[in-house]
Amino acid sequence: MRSISQGLAAAAWVLTCLGASAQEARLDPWPAERAADLEALQSGARTFANYCLNCHSASLMRWNRLHDIALDDKQIKANLIFGDQRVTDTMTVAMNPHDAKLWFGKAPPDLSVIVRARNAVEHSGTDYLYTLLRGFYRDRSTQTGWNNVVYPNISMPNIFWERQGPREATLTRIEYQDVPAAADKGPSRQRLVQTVSQFDANGVAVLNRTELDQGEPGFAYGFRPVDPAAAKAVDSQVADLVAYLNWMSEPAAQTRRRIGVWAIAFLVVFVGVGWWLNSVFWRDIR
Amino acid sequence: MGLHTTNYKGLLGWIDARMPSLMSAFRTHMSEYYAPKNFNFWYFFGSFALMVLVIQFVSGILLAMHYKPDSNLAFWSVEFIMREVSGGWFIRYMHSTGASFFFIVVYLHMFRGLLYGSYRKPRELVWVVGWLIFLSLMAESFFGYLLPWGQMSFWGAQVIINLFDSIPLIGRDLSLWIRGDFVVGDATLNRFFSLHVVAVPLALLALVVAHIFALHDVGSNNPDGVEIKDHTDANGRPLDGIPFHPYYTVHDLYGLGFFFLAYCAVLFFAPEMGGVFLEGNNFSPADPFQTPQHIAPLWYFTPYYSILRATTSEFVIWLGLGALFLGVLAYLRVRKRWARFGVALVTFIVFILTTVPQVRLDPKLWGVILMALSTMVFALLPWLDQSPVRSIRYRPGWHKVLVGVFVAAFLVLGYLGMNPPTPVSTVVAQLCAACYFGFFFLMPWWSRMGEFKPVPARVTFAAH
Repeated sequence: MRSISQGLAAAAWVLTCLGASAQEARLDPWPAERAADLEALQSGARTFANYCLNCHSASLMRWNRLHDIALDDKQIKANLIFGDQRVTDTMTVAMNPHDAKLWFGKAPPDLSVIVRARNAVEHSGTDYLYTLLRGFYRDRSTQTGWNNVVYPNISMPNIFWERQGPREATLTRIEYQDVPAAADKGPSRQRLVQTVSQFDANGVAVLNRTELDQGEPGFAYGFRPVDPAAAKAVDSQVADLVAYLNWMSEPAAQTRRRIGVWAIAFLVVFVGVGWWLNSVFWRDIR
Repeated sequence: MGLHTTNYKGLLGWIDARMPSLMSAFRTHMSEYYAPKNFNFWYFFGSFALMVLVIQFVSGILLAMHYKPDSNLAFWSVEFIMREVSGGWFIRYMHSTGASFFFIVVYLHMFRGLLYGSYRKPRELVWVVGWLIFLSLMAESFFGYLLPWGQMSFWGAQVIINLFDSIPLIGRDLSLWIRGDFVVGDATLNRFFSLHVVAVPLALLALVVAHIFALHDVGSNNPDGVEIKDHTDANGRPLDGIPFHPYYTVHDLYGLGFFFLAYCAVLFFAPEMGGVFLEGNNFSPADPFQTPQHIAPLWYFTPYYSILRATTSEFVIWLGLGALFLGVLAYLRVRKRWARFGVALVTFIVFILTTVPQVRLDPKLWGVILMALSTMVFALLPWLDQSPVRSIRYRPGWHKVLVGVFVAAFLVLGYLGMNPPTPVSTVVAQLCAACYFGFFFLMPWWSRMGEFKPVPARVTFAAH
């Protein structure tokens, strides 16, 4: 058995060595303590209804499921539903998908399970969305005038721009680039190139390209908000919104964990009884 | 009156008088089936597998009550089950967690067979039927994975069905016939649903019955690999055997507690298992116009998928050289004239189809062949293993090292198959693939080499 476990250890070592270096934007950790915070969930629901539901639907989500986050029908009707929907309806939008595709190049995805859809082995969907929604910067070169550090050339504009205030962005990308060979000299070669792009608050970019002798490929970014307090308030608002999206992705998650505790407790007793029964029956086997 | 004389009383007696085969089956398979008394924890996994089969049947039946096999509705109907059907999330997670646990349990069950030589004569058929169960299980899971109609469902099916394209002459028609359309679509979804809920489960059930019948005819092996039927008492009962019921029914009940602890821990606290059991991308509805950046099958297929991807054109040449080496070894080993001719012919064909540029097959086709072979090769184990003892306990220490290397190669292949390939990982996968096939195909030689420990006449057992 020892040699088998040594084999496993060797396998683990090989896997560690194979770990690839990340070329994507580092994600900010979403404050996970808001996952079960009712106030955060309700504030997130409000942001969701006001900002997201104009373009994105959540067609698997019934309005009255918001009872689970302590909102009653009256509150839902008065504060969240626009138009003539009833609380038993699902959160659909009036925008026709065909038009949406025409306007944005791509129909905005349904957000019912968006957090789970953005989960990956490498990162959680909540961190991804928390960073994505706070990762917009002005960029004159795109159609909407906005760009994003997590999702380059995203079709979606920055919906929080008014509240967030203008921000300057600095993007630093280090990557291998093909340097074309001179006509008479050998094959093309790869060089490590660092590109620093500085976007001012109006989205005008200054690019600075340098060749590096050594270094690791990677991507880093930084924002400098003109009004730090406003940007901070938006951070918190987005954190609440992600809490809501996370809850909406699996409304039964809390019930699931609650029942799970009982199931495990029952099974511990079951194993105890099983052990006792087993030892009683096997007493006469010598 | 034509009634059978019964020893049972009451209702059971009434039934037994009219249908004696019921209690006779109970005696044959439970109360008078003698199993070795020295089973260790590895022997739990068979009954665990049976338990998972029941879980999958029950949860599957409940899911089919709400699921809609229609490409416009399928994705939403699964999420409808998660939200609107009472307890729907529980049913769905039972099924999705059960699928992964089925493979965990079956892999461990197969590994037990490998450790203790459970496939050796006279249990070859038990093993071969078990291998057919394994193949059916893979088919079942492949068909089932399309049903949620998410991005991974769609593109995974697309990639795997396209593999049939590489078969010469009939490939394109075959893949078209499987899909029922030029791309994976509504027709594919409907037939996969039918296969998943009717055809394959029927086959699985029949094979499981055959597996148990075959086992109970020859009797179970045990960790010492000694034959308990060689030492019997005056009534012909094995001295080291104990009735399956009640001894192993209570024993397995105890074991099932641990199984359910692990199963429920995942089901209730990590049903996605970090994106391995339920992949994030599969929470996006299938979109034929948007290919995901990275397509990988579910974790239990990734070792074979890795072998498929590792088969590059450079690797095919090494494959030819490996086949030549193996062919020479086999030629020297076999004695019969026709067998030698067969070995020489097969070796020659494989060698020229891998190395001679004018006739060599597409590396993609070799990849498909190797991937198929990697799942087929299990069936040959009873004949590849030529060791004079069954159990790993009495084999030379370095045999254990080889088993360890094989397990490590299998796990590394599995891990690599989940990730996009890189130049380094492809080389590692090729080395692991070589270990994988080398372990099996060189087994007729290595399994009889080395110093074997003396095998006891009776099982080793310490009372509980």
